[in-house]
Amino acid sequence: MVSIYARLAWTWTRAAAAYPGSFVLMIVLGFATTALDVAVILVVFANTTTLAGFSRDEVLFLYGTASLAFTVCDMFVSNIDRVSQHIKAGTFDTFLIRPVSAWLQLCADRFNANRIGRVLQAGLVLGYAVAALDLDWRRAWMIPVMVITGIVIFSALWTLAGAVQFVLTDAPELVNAFTYGGHQLTQYPLSIYARDLVRSVTYVLPLAFVNWQPGLYALGRDDPLGTPEFMRFLGPAAALALALAAALAWRQGIRHYRSTGS
Amino acid sequence: MIELDRAGRSFKVQRSLVHAVRDLSFTVSPGEFVGYLGPNGAGKSTTIKMLCGILTPTSGTVRVAGLDPSRKRTTLARRIGVVFGQRTTLWWDLPLADSFELIRHLYKVDRAAFRSRLAELADTLDLGAFIRTPVRQLSLGQRMRGDLAAALLHAPDVLVLDEPTIGLDVVSKAGIRDFLKRLNAERGTTVLLTTHDLGDIERLCRRVMLIDHGSLAFDGTLGDLMATAPDQSSIEDVVARLYTGSGAT
Amino acid sequence: MGHRVITPRRCKTIPLYARLVRYGFRKHATYVAAALAGAFTNSVFGILRAYILIALWQARPGLAGYDITDAITYCFVTQAFIAPMQLFGGGLGIPERIRSGDIALDLVRPAPLQAWTLAEDVGRAAYLFLARGIPPMLVGAVVFGVVVPGGPGRWVAFLTGFALAIVVSFGWRYLIALSVCWLVDDRGVAVLSMVLTTFFSGMMVPLHIFPGWLADVARSLPWAAMVQLPTDLYLGKAPVMETLAFQAFWAAVLLGLGALGTRAIRHKVVIQGG
Repeated sequence: MVSIYARLAWTWTRAAAAYPGSFVLMIVLGFATTALDVAVILVVFANTTTLAGFSRDEVLFLYGTASLAFTVCDMFVSNIDRVSQHIKAGTFDTFLIRPVSAWLQLCADRFNANRIGRVLQAGLVLGYAVAALDLDWRRAWMIPVMVITGIVIFSALWTLAGAVQFVLTDAPELVNAFTYGGHQLTQYPLSIYARDLVRSVTYVLPLAFVNWQPGLYALGRDDPLGTPEFMRFLGPAAALALALAAALAWRQGIRHYRSTGS
Repeated sequence: MIELDRAGRSFKVQRSLVHAVRDLSFTVSPGEFVGYLGPNGAGKSTTIKMLCGILTPTSGTVRVAGLDPSRKRTTLARRIGVVFGQRTTLWWDLPLADSFELIRHLYKVDRAAFRSRLAELADTLDLGAFIRTPVRQLSLGQRMRGDLAAALLHAPDVLVLDEPTIGLDVVSKAGIRDFLKRLNAERGTTVLLTTHDLGDIERLCRRVMLIDHGSLAFDGTLGDLMATAPDQSSIEDVVARLYTGSGAT
Repeated sequence: MGHRVITPRRCKTIPLYARLVRYGFRKHATYVAAALAGAFTNSVFGILRAYILIALWQARPGLAGYDITDAITYCFVTQAFIAPMQLFGGGLGIPERIRSGDIALDLVRPAPLQAWTLAEDVGRAAYLFLARGIPPMLVGAVVFGVVVPGGPGRWVAFLTGFALAIVVSFGWRYLIALSVCWLVDDRGVAVLSMVLTTFFSGMMVPLHIFPGWLADVARSLPWAAMVQLPTDLYLGKAPVMETLAFQAFWAAVLLGLGALGTRAIRHKVVIQGG
């Protein structure tokens, strides 16, 4: 599976690299686009020293972990959200006549290597935040765990977004509220949001486990909203549960397509 | 090689049930070259989609190369080749050669076998001049030759063609027909071909099946088909009679 | 949305540009599901962004002369602007027409390309204001409560400012669209335009809270005329005449540059043959 994905991705990258000028430009601009979110954080903290009890560097830490996970998915999985485009153009059948899973083919479809600029930007911010925060190194193991958890959660979210488009063919933009919205939500400490919203992203759509719950552990802080300590470690379980739900939804989506032909 | 037993496919359209295909039964033996005719909306595409596992039948059974397409879609994919005339299965922005290379990996074709098969296909389909060109820049005839090669690189036992000559000029059409004829004769590949071009049928198909309103209206040799009408009728007349005739019943 | 038949007699009485505005409106009105989905997404982002501003204004009450409700209103007004002003770019269809060569047909029409495109874009903006502008405002009003301008004077000021902002946004996007003519790959300019517009228009955070000199620079650039200024007119936080004059100034400058650009592109297409 991995080798086929790599082969597809490599072929697209080689085709794009035929125009080295725009390839490099797009990497730089991808960097700039995601840097906008950091600019907002910096502007906010030019006006205050803490936001809902969190310092600038702590917010940058949350931003960095969420964005690193998100941009990796943006690069490797997000192409799945073109399901409705393919259905409308009649090109979806092509994915079904090949002996490889349609999910894998769609994720690799038009693989865009210049999105690496966004990943680099997120990685740099995380690197800065970790260096600036002077974290307890005995808790540092949580950082890679939370990034991987985040990657699984966002991949699952994108897969759900793709699955939904089998039904909502005319309104693909709806799913952006959950994918890009999920990224927007996780850039800040969840303590800024209303309790009901935080509850729903903890117990229904587990975005709180991308970086908030495990992040509190890594930062050595208690949850201002008072969830118990063991919740900090539930990320991988929540990610797996969501991934399972996404896989089922995707299968259901394909089944729906195969029973309607559209 | 292809067996349909009372296969049916219905769709819900605005709360009423539409039978795109109903009680369709036929068998295509290995090595046959069958033309599959029918007016627009008769159920040709639905049949083809059921053969490749894109659509699951609502009733009856479908078997292709001994497999149930709706359950074994990806296994079947290695044994069947599919060409859609209306749209390409190639990667639009990639050079043709890159598309072939990807297909080699997707279908896990052994490198040596791939090389010799590609060389042969490039030769017979005359792909050499444009194999490095991105697919979007190819002419329709070039693209169709590329699509045919792509569908055959994994040496499928069955080739399903959905209007492969649509929109092609006379020369391109002749080239494609010659190629298909040889493929069937020399390699014994089973071919099912839908078309609106009766020239394709006359030149290629020993057997003709005609579907209308979702069920089989005729199944026999080209000679049988011609015999259903008065002498001196052209094939166009014969088919038109069948289309309108079965439409009236 | 049924298609009414326009009788020839009626056509004569309705000026060309009014018909183009209607055409732009109707063309977009056919994508109802997409507009609803967009309105939903704009509203969700409005809610998420509002909480950031609430947290900031809780830490700094009265920042930039806004109270918390002003800040929340600011957030939803800017979300409502995204679609009508196409703050993420595009919406004109010119790059596609330049690439396909159809632009030559547009240039030989009796009406000037820029005015023609503006009229259609105004129609598009009017529809998207209704379909994708009003819903986020309603969501903001229900979830948090927003400021509603009191008195007809402030409504007139805001709506005038909003209309000028549409023209400024058009002027900028038109220039970006024309640039395709001289570029091999237009994605770079499109992304650059998106970055500049979203940041310097005040769409992400109010320009007033930018640090020091950056705030002054940002407030004098054309993007400020798209989001920050009409929003301030809505909130009653800006001197009306000065603000409208500033917007009109940038609208005139951008349209003037657009006219020069149109001449250049006509020269390139007609004389050099594309």
